[in-house]
Amino acid sequence: MRCATRWTRGGWIHERRRTLQEQAVTAPLLEVERLQVTLSGQAIIRDISFAVAAGEKVALVGESGSGKTVTALSLLRLFHGAQVQGHAWFGEGAERRDLLALGERQLRAVRGDEIALIFQEPMTALNPLMPVGAQIAEVLQLKRAATRKAAAEGAVELLARTGLDRPAARAAVYPHQLSGGQRQRAMIAMALACNPKLLLADEPTTALDASLRMQILDLLQRLQQETGMAILMITHDLNLVRRFADRVAVMQKGRLVEQGAVEGIFASPRDPYTQRLLASKPRRRLDDAAAASGPPVLQVQRLQAAYPAALPGLAGWFRKGRFVALRDASLAVQPGRTLGVIGESGSGKSTLAQAVLALLPSRQVSGDIRVAGREWQFRSRVDRPLRRRIQVVFQDPFSSLSPRQTVGDIVGEGLKIHFPELSAQQREQRVINGLADVGLTGQQFAHLLARYPHEFSGGQRQRIALARALVVNPEVLVLDEPTSALDVTIQQQILALLQRLQQEHGLSYLLITHDVEVVWAMAHDVIVLKDGDIVESGSATAVLHHPRHAYTRTLLDAAGADF
Amino acid sequence: MAATAPVSPVADAQVAPPARGRPANPWRRAWQQFRRSRLGYWSLIVFVVLFVLSLGAEVLSNDRPLVVHYNGQTYFPLLKTYPETVFGGDFETETDYLDPYIRHQFSMDGNWAIYPPNPYGSQTINYFASEPNPSAPGRENLLGTDDRGRDLLAQLIYGFRISILFALALTTVGVLLGIVTGAIQGFFGGKTDLAFQRFIEVWSAMPELYLLIIFSAILSPSLGLLLALLSLFGWMGLSDYVRAEFLRNRKLDYVKSARAMGVPNRQIIWRHILPNSMVPVVTFLPFRMSGAILALTSLDFLGLGVPPGTPSLGELLSQGKNNVDAWWISLSTFGVLVLTLLLLTFMGDALRDALDPRRVDP
Repeated sequence: MRCATRWTRGGWIHERRRTLQEQAVTAPLLEVERLQVTLSGQAIIRDISFAVAAGEKVALVGESGSGKTVTALSLLRLFHGAQVQGHAWFGEGAERRDLLALGERQLRAVRGDEIALIFQEPMTALNPLMPVGAQIAEVLQLKRAATRKAAAEGAVELLARTGLDRPAARAAVYPHQLSGGQRQRAMIAMALACNPKLLLADEPTTALDASLRMQILDLLQRLQQETGMAILMITHDLNLVRRFADRVAVMQKGRLVEQGAVEGIFASPRDPYTQRLLASKPRRRLDDAAAASGPPVLQVQRLQAAYPAALPGLAGWFRKGRFVALRDASLAVQPGRTLGVIGESGSGKSTLAQAVLALLPSRQVSGDIRVAGREWQFRSRVDRPLRRRIQVVFQDPFSSLSPRQTVGDIVGEGLKIHFPELSAQQREQRVINGLADVGLTGQQFAHLLARYPHEFSGGQRQRIALARALVVNPEVLVLDEPTSALDVTIQQQILALLQRLQQEHGLSYLLITHDVEVVWAMAHDVIVLKDGDIVESGSATAVLHHPRHAYTRTLLDAAGADF
Repeated sequence: MAATAPVSPVADAQVAPPARGRPANPWRRAWQQFRRSRLGYWSLIVFVVLFVLSLGAEVLSNDRPLVVHYNGQTYFPLLKTYPETVFGGDFETETDYLDPYIRHQFSMDGNWAIYPPNPYGSQTINYFASEPNPSAPGRENLLGTDDRGRDLLAQLIYGFRISILFALALTTVGVLLGIVTGAIQGFFGGKTDLAFQRFIEVWSAMPELYLLIIFSAILSPSLGLLLALLSLFGWMGLSDYVRAEFLRNRKLDYVKSARAMGVPNRQIIWRHILPNSMVPVVTFLPFRMSGAILALTSLDFLGLGVPPGTPSLGELLSQGKNNVDAWWISLSTFGVLVLTLLLLTFMGDALRDALDPRRVDP
């Protein structure tokens, strides 16, 4: 089957002449009835029913593992190796048919033509070896039998519709030459190629920075109004749902726990899980007066970090360029307080974390970094005592624990190095205490110390990483996006744990994040990083309530949060 | 937290994993996965049994009896050399236990001798064969003899043993060299890596076969020389894999955490990166073994391999080529080689599946 609209040299002819009145009368565009997905004997989706009307924006919300992506993919039978039961009625009038009963050939005609997909990570969804325009043109040629030339022109036109500047030039470049936001626009352009009736958007903005997130969302909003297509958005982000969707369906562990109009659900959630999800907002529980007594535990002055980078063209053959990731940064972390560093990707915030931990080679850093008054020497033996005082927790709980070490080894390693005088029993006792401190006990998990990281969930792994850092009694803890890989409810638990540990142990945190809400919940003081420069700094209340720099205001707007 | 069901600040929403006995170590899980592949598991068992049997080849196939009881005394010819005069012969030389006269002596009153199941050594020439050499399989020589009258079964057993031992040695040396060089390149990266990579490119361009021919012309051929020469070139493929794993792993957060903890470099390599870089090494072990067996066989076939007088599958193959009408030589040697290589390949396949990170554990 070809696309429902015809492609001509002149542009689009929309054959869909539906009035609003008609819309209201007709049955929903997509009606999912008792969907059940079984994977190797285990039901991962149980008995789900929902509907999407033509031109409606519906959000499917849930945490990771709730089955929201599986639901969307199994509608188009793109989830391989699973048994799908139930019905998914799709289409209008006479075209209405059960997607789950269609043959593979018929289904292929539906995919792309009537239902289009966009994914979270456009870099992996686009072919890296093909110019963006050619990929879109290919769809037009394949699905609409456009001529080569018309297809190429159509691709440029589609890119222009997604708000990409200089679309003709962009069409000729490869995906890696585009930024994340531009790639996502190209993906959307490709999805629009056939003027679909339904767009399945699987976490379309999750990989993007907050300010871009809003732009993409606005774009989808605008395109939806222009074309009248329906959008089924899969997301974990409640702010996004509130801004974007007409109706929302909440999923938990393969079940649909609640659905309804967005205002209704947000105003008065009935299901306890929805209530918990909505309540999972980081909360500021800080002792603002936490006295800044004594000298700063971490002091950075005029820090500059630069990487060697390839020069374009012939020059790159003979010498290397320099990419300055961080310029003239000065900051201080007071004892018992938290300094929040906000910045988007590429702002140099992770470089800052690595620099204060002396993980960058000394030739790449200049400036003065002092931990508890002592400067890094960049000699492993000399620096070792200093390393005990400053520890780190990274973002990704899956790569931050060695998969082939036991929990006992992971947490105990620091003790072996910094407290070699401990006996094996004393060390084990400290490891057990450290794990109990972050909420992991032997009662919960038999053989806790002998377990391997893969047996734990993301939040539990993050607790293990925290225990590893805390077991050597550091004074400063660098938290590099400690919660961004976690689900909202877990995120809140980890933040609460961090707050408790700070109060109990008098720890100082250098909290690096892109999430304004997390900073608000955790930080006493804030600095804002943009492209390697500190553009604003001050107390959290001052910066977040009365932002002076335009960039800070954009960030706060994008987060859509009210403090 | 709002007025909802209170969430304990400690326990994550996820359920604690079931506590069933001691948690499985990743290598143990791989082993369980390996056992699940029937073909690979049985190949391993058959291979190990064959290898252990071949290690005891002297008891299975030998031209000396295991025990001799002669004139009221017990002799152990397997362990000790006795002159023929001991058993009533005429000469002071070592006894030829296959001599019909000696056999006759052993069958006299009160005397007995226990011969191995196959009463020939790898180099024993059957002077008493009833057929001209090479003689066809029969009651005397179960798989016949080669063109010099040596028992084929005996040669296959000893040849198999040498092939496997040689392959084990070559694999061990190659793996150790590959891991060390790969680890150095991958961990330190940068200029070290660059220099090493160029060296590997130059080194791998050396014509290995010519070097072998030249060296076997200068020095007297021996297994040790062969091992050394093949080891010089055998490490490069693996080194690349280990290097790639190290390059990937050293960027991961758990290595950064270890560095932030002040763990010394050699411990980071040894305890953190190496265990996580072993998958390609282990996966390739059986394939490296079969490669080594093939290398030895083909060099022997060309006459560049083991010194004359050493039982070797390659030499048997070349005999088979020279005596095409003696089908039993080429066919049985071919059979042994095919069986060995198949077993190793099946094991390798099962191992690769067992260590595949994309595989989901049921």
